[in-house]
Amino acid sequence: MVSIPRVLRSRWWRLPVNWWWRSLPLRVVLTVFLASVLVLVLGGFLLMQQATIGVLDGKKETAKNEARQAVNTAQEQLYAADLTAEVNVDKLLLDLATGFASRAEQYEVIIIAHGQTITAGNAAVTSIPDKLRQQVEGSDKLLMTSTEINYRDRRASVPGLVAGATLTVLGTGRYQIYLMFPLTQEIATLAVLRYAVVTTGAILVILLTFIAALVSRQVVTPVRAARRAAESLASGNLRDRMKVRGKDDLARLGTSMNYMASELEKQINTLEELSAVQQRFVSDVSHELRTPLTTVRMAAEVLYEARDDFDPVAARSAELLQNELDRFDALLSDLLEISRFDAGVAQLSVEEVDLRDLVYRVVEANERLAETYQTEIAVHESGEAKAEVDTRRIERILRNLLVNAIEHSEGHPIDILIETDDAAVAIAVRDHGVGFEASQARQVFHRFWRGDAARARTVGGTGLGLAIAMEDANLHGGWLTAWGRPAMGAQFRLTLPRNVGAILETSPLPLVPRDLVGPGGARLDGLEAPTIPLPPLSPASPSSPAPRRAAAETTASPS
Amino acid sequence: MSETTKSAGARSRVLVVDDDAALAEMLSIVLRNEGFEPIWCAHGDKAFSAFKEAKPDLVLLDLMLPGRDGVDVCRDIRAESGVPIVMLTAKTDTIDVVEGLEAGADDYVAKPFKAKELVARIKTRLRRMPASEEVDVETLRIGDLSISVDGHSVKRDGVQIQLTPLEFDLLLALARRPWQVFSREVLLEQVWGYRHAADTRLVNVHVQRLRSKIERDPEHPEIVVTVRGIGYKAGETVQVR
Repeated sequence: MVSIPRVLRSRWWRLPVNWWWRSLPLRVVLTVFLASVLVLVLGGFLLMQQATIGVLDGKKETAKNEARQAVNTAQEQLYAADLTAEVNVDKLLLDLATGFASRAEQYEVIIIAHGQTITAGNAAVTSIPDKLRQQVEGSDKLLMTSTEINYRDRRASVPGLVAGATLTVLGTGRYQIYLMFPLTQEIATLAVLRYAVVTTGAILVILLTFIAALVSRQVVTPVRAARRAAESLASGNLRDRMKVRGKDDLARLGTSMNYMASELEKQINTLEELSAVQQRFVSDVSHELRTPLTTVRMAAEVLYEARDDFDPVAARSAELLQNELDRFDALLSDLLEISRFDAGVAQLSVEEVDLRDLVYRVVEANERLAETYQTEIAVHESGEAKAEVDTRRIERILRNLLVNAIEHSEGHPIDILIETDDAAVAIAVRDHGVGFEASQARQVFHRFWRGDAARARTVGGTGLGLAIAMEDANLHGGWLTAWGRPAMGAQFRLTLPRNVGAILETSPLPLVPRDLVGPGGARLDGLEAPTIPLPPLSPASPSSPAPRRAAAETTASPS
Repeated sequence: MSETTKSAGARSRVLVVDDDAALAEMLSIVLRNEGFEPIWCAHGDKAFSAFKEAKPDLVLLDLMLPGRDGVDVCRDIRAESGVPIVMLTAKTDTIDVVEGLEAGADDYVAKPFKAKELVARIKTRLRRMPASEEVDVETLRIGDLSISVDGHSVKRDGVQIQLTPLEFDLLLALARRPWQVFSREVLLEQVWGYRHAADTRLVNVHVQRLRSKIERDPEHPEIVVTVRGIGYKAGETVQVR
């Protein structure tokens, strides 16, 4: 898997995206802005459309009425003129047109007769659409359409309405009269309206955005305060509280946060007190138990020294008393040690040492015990194994593992393997004794756990040795794992980081003993052949074809 | 002060300061068996007067006492005398031990202890260093001090410096082999009589106490010099006019 450098992953375009997702107010403000722009554009558009239709319809109506009136008047005048005398019709029409145009300056008039155009005003004849002309020629009705009004002088053309009708002059025939209504006024009105709509819209958008910013700020400020308070709480400032103002939801959020904080503080204080009480209790128990124990112990010693003078029963009792007091002493020490772990007061005092020295020291110290069990101990190392450890604790782990191995070795040799890599040192203690079920690999570290109930405890460990060893390993950030099979022995593997605080990833030694996983179950060099046969796996796990996988691994993971 | 010049065969008197009657009685039995003469005091407030009255050769002192605290009692006695003081303590991993040592206790025994262990500690404290081992001289020099081995006295420019027997033994151990660097473990064995590794705080605290008495400037010691990472050695011998 190719890992992409982190620098390359952050592209420039991620920046605004990040901003978008990181700032709630920005998101709210931008959303409100875009939404209000959309709404106002749509609304303005509809408004303008409606207004335009309204204004134009009104104008159309007015224009139609005016045109009808004008045409009627003109027709009447024409009829009237016909009755009196023969006049120049052209002159009459021109007068008429001029009359209209001057009377109402709202429209311009063009009269077309026999290819002749009589114009009053400035409108050009090109303003009349051909289509209208054809329609007017074939109809008696007043027809109306919109057009572009051109002017004869250099004025720009304007949109307008044109109405056309036919005038009848007796004798001379039909004339077409066109009235043109420019929409200048209306366009101006609509322009003003559009300007108003756009301005209002823009102002509204700005105001809405501003309001959104204000509101989101109002909402976000207490939320942010809550966040800061929570962060502060999380980092251990239990006394930090939020300022609460008002009675709204946000104030309630603040109140709840503060309530939570005070409850948290109370709980933690209670726990701290409990822990202090616990430590104090342990300390007191230590003193209170130890003083009578000292007396008892010295009394037992006096009896033990004098046992030769006793009868056999009393003498044996004195012996037992003496021996069991040693055990009691060890148990008390272990209990106090465990309670120190439980109270969280155990501390490391680290120095860099070669772990081989510790192994040899522990092996030497337990030689006599090994002799008692007729067990040989062999150390297999491959060079320097330096690590930063608490010597006392690591020695204790090794002592516990070794004593445990000797106790359960049944006279078979014990191998201690030391292996290193760049980051870790592993020490495995392998015995070929009774072993245990794979499912018990975790339980062996439980306090006061006894393996086979039928197996007598002769050495009489306290039952806390492996539990303490596990705690010690945890304290170092190390692993302590167990592997075992009935009649195949057991292996305990301690893995420690070379540097205190480093995170372990792998162990230099496999969990399963090497003598079982090598080709053909090759044993370690220089060992006596184990007298135990290597049977198939125990009935407890008959269905597992690969014992390696089935090995239960108990990992002391620092929590 | 004549507490160290007892003829052999005389029973050494041991003052037991402990509020636990059973333990005190048991201690008395054991001590008497070993040929000591035990005296018992159960209360912190009476400890010092009992000490003055009994003039013991050694004090066994429990740190937790009713009335006056064990550490204070230790300080009181030390202000008056260099008599060996062995603390009895149930708490070995706390500041109490260091406090007791700093108050002048020579050694400590952690409860529950074995009688043999305690007796060995007491005997070590009562035993004086052999007058001469390899260096068969009466007077040794260390820094600008002269040590009279037989007289158990230390003088600077003819003025005697009061040292407790333990401090004297510590100084003597260093002065006898001025060319040697002593590790804390070696000093524990030679001065305190520990065969196996023991609490090196004993050495640190007592070196500090010794320095405060014999050094001209305890911050910059010239007689008991620290060898970083190893231990201590005697400083250069200065010719005294």
